[in-house]
Amino acid sequence: MGSLLTLVFVLVFNFFLFRVVQTDPIGSLFRGRDVPQETLDNLRVAFGLDQPIGTQFLLYLRETAQLNFGLSYQTRQPVWNEIVAAIPATLALVGISSILSALIGTIGGIIAAWRRNTWKDHSITSGTMVFYSMPDFWLGMILLVIFAVVLGWFPVGGITTAGSNETGLARLADQAYHMFLPALTLTLAYLGEYTLVTRSSLLDVMGEDYLTVARAKGLRDVVVRNHHAVPNALLPVVTLTAINFGFILSGAIAVEAVYSWPGLGKATADAVRGPDLPMLQALFLLFSAAVIVFNLISDLTYSWLDPRVEGQ
Amino acid sequence: MTTLAMQRRRATAGRVWKQFRGSKGGMIGLGVLLLFVVMALAAPLLADARELSPVFARAQGNPQWAPPSEFAPLGTDYIRRSVWAQFVWGSRVSLFVGLAATVLTILIGSVVGIIAGFVGGRPDAALMRLTEWFLVIPFLPLAIVLASVLGRNVWNIIFVIGVTSWPSTARLIRAQVLTVKQRLFVDRARSLGASGSHIVNHHILPNVMGLILANATLAVPISILTETTLAFLGLGDPSAASWGKTLEEAFVNGALSRNAWWYFVPAGLGILAVVLAFTLIGRTLEEIANPRLSRSR
Repeated sequence: MGSLLTLVFVLVFNFFLFRVVQTDPIGSLFRGRDVPQETLDNLRVAFGLDQPIGTQFLLYLRETAQLNFGLSYQTRQPVWNEIVAAIPATLALVGISSILSALIGTIGGIIAAWRRNTWKDHSITSGTMVFYSMPDFWLGMILLVIFAVVLGWFPVGGITTAGSNETGLARLADQAYHMFLPALTLTLAYLGEYTLVTRSSLLDVMGEDYLTVARAKGLRDVVVRNHHAVPNALLPVVTLTAINFGFILSGAIAVEAVYSWPGLGKATADAVRGPDLPMLQALFLLFSAAVIVFNLISDLTYSWLDPRVEGQ
Repeated sequence: MTTLAMQRRRATAGRVWKQFRGSKGGMIGLGVLLLFVVMALAAPLLADARELSPVFARAQGNPQWAPPSEFAPLGTDYIRRSVWAQFVWGSRVSLFVGLAATVLTILIGSVVGIIAGFVGGRPDAALMRLTEWFLVIPFLPLAIVLASVLGRNVWNIIFVIGVTSWPSTARLIRAQVLTVKQRLFVDRARSLGASGSHIVNHHILPNVMGLILANATLAVPISILTETTLAFLGLGDPSAASWGKTLEEAFVNGALSRNAWWYFVPAGLGILAVVLAFTLIGRTLEEIANPRLSRSR
């Protein structure tokens, strides 16, 4: 119910955001070119811009429900087709990076907390903080120069080698090869959050009495950690993972631009340069919808994992 | 304000500073930050502003794409401008936008949080709904969309960052206000006939100030990184080049394929240093304001 209301809010917000700021969409469509007034008026009628704002809103809802977001200013193709074509690349890149960073980051956080105030803790904590504090695309630029330009181990961008017409497994391998650097960039950039959250959550749990009991029973340190402490400490990490998955579509805008990775992020970066307003509007709606859906999922998993939440 | 209250507050500030001094991370952060603040303030002494103009750079006979070994101290870019001058003057813009946007964020967040927490009831429910909605809308895409419809200038960017990043502050402050409101001295003030605004100004605000300050320090990194990303995507102010703008120009003009590392490494390191400094300071302040959070037990 709450998510539905939020969705309605996003729809209304999206409508007014582009309507209010963009006073004359038809005029901006031709930007300065000499077009007869009659043509402009006809176009206004065709787009329903002569209607009162209420009718316009209904029109907008109908078009949105049919996934009709108009034509891209840049490619003159339907916006939705452009977006659908870009989704798989982003899902693959951000999906893999999210999973890797959640796994590695959590393990790092567990080690840091369990060995707190040792050199291991200090190097893990400060290392991840450094990656966390740099712009992700800058990290991408550095990795690109080192590994693609200077060393030449990896391609400088794109998703396939230009001019190659491989199919099947060879093509997939080529794409994985192209994905390596952007995925490494995003994984390093996302790591820090998981490490810090896991570390502080585990430190909280480590003060609990039941761990002392487990130790007093004579259980080995590893057993206490893996079977008693970690499962309870992972709850906030699960929530964080679920919430971050909401940003799976919109999370790599600048990094995709650096590596010319043909996903939604690069589509956004390209649309900004225009600005390609129909494209931006649709992307914004899609990104918001993704967050709403994953927030819902995270709420559901949370109350399933921690029955205490249900009572509240 | 009575002198007694002033004295008490001065004592509190002294105590906070003493605790702060004991934190290695906090002091390192403060040192790094001071270094960059001095650099931003002393920009005219460190580099001639005219060096930012390609016309001036050409008239000076600067080489193009010169590495630091050929043109001290940081080389030149694709239109012969000194990278050092861009670094020094860029620090001004990046710090200014980061701080101003944070002030706006904290202002909106505090007002919403205090009203929601203090008034309660229906206004609270409505404000929290709004906050939830803003939390859901993906922050960076919203900032991008707003910035591209509003146009490229420093004030718009500050506005965009401010209106997109206030919700988490509002939530935090509301929670704190709710606990302060329960304290006995608030009841006492009210039974003595104090008005709502008096209670907020003299009892609630002083008690949430520490948290607001810690939160503000932690919000600066987000503001700076957002500004950097917006500038990198081409939404930066063309007349006030920030570090992010330098990164964008380096990228767009092919610094990567030329391996012109001197063009984009300094700006990135500057952002990294400032963001890290604010994070370290913020975490230390947060631990002082809320000892239960202490992360390094």
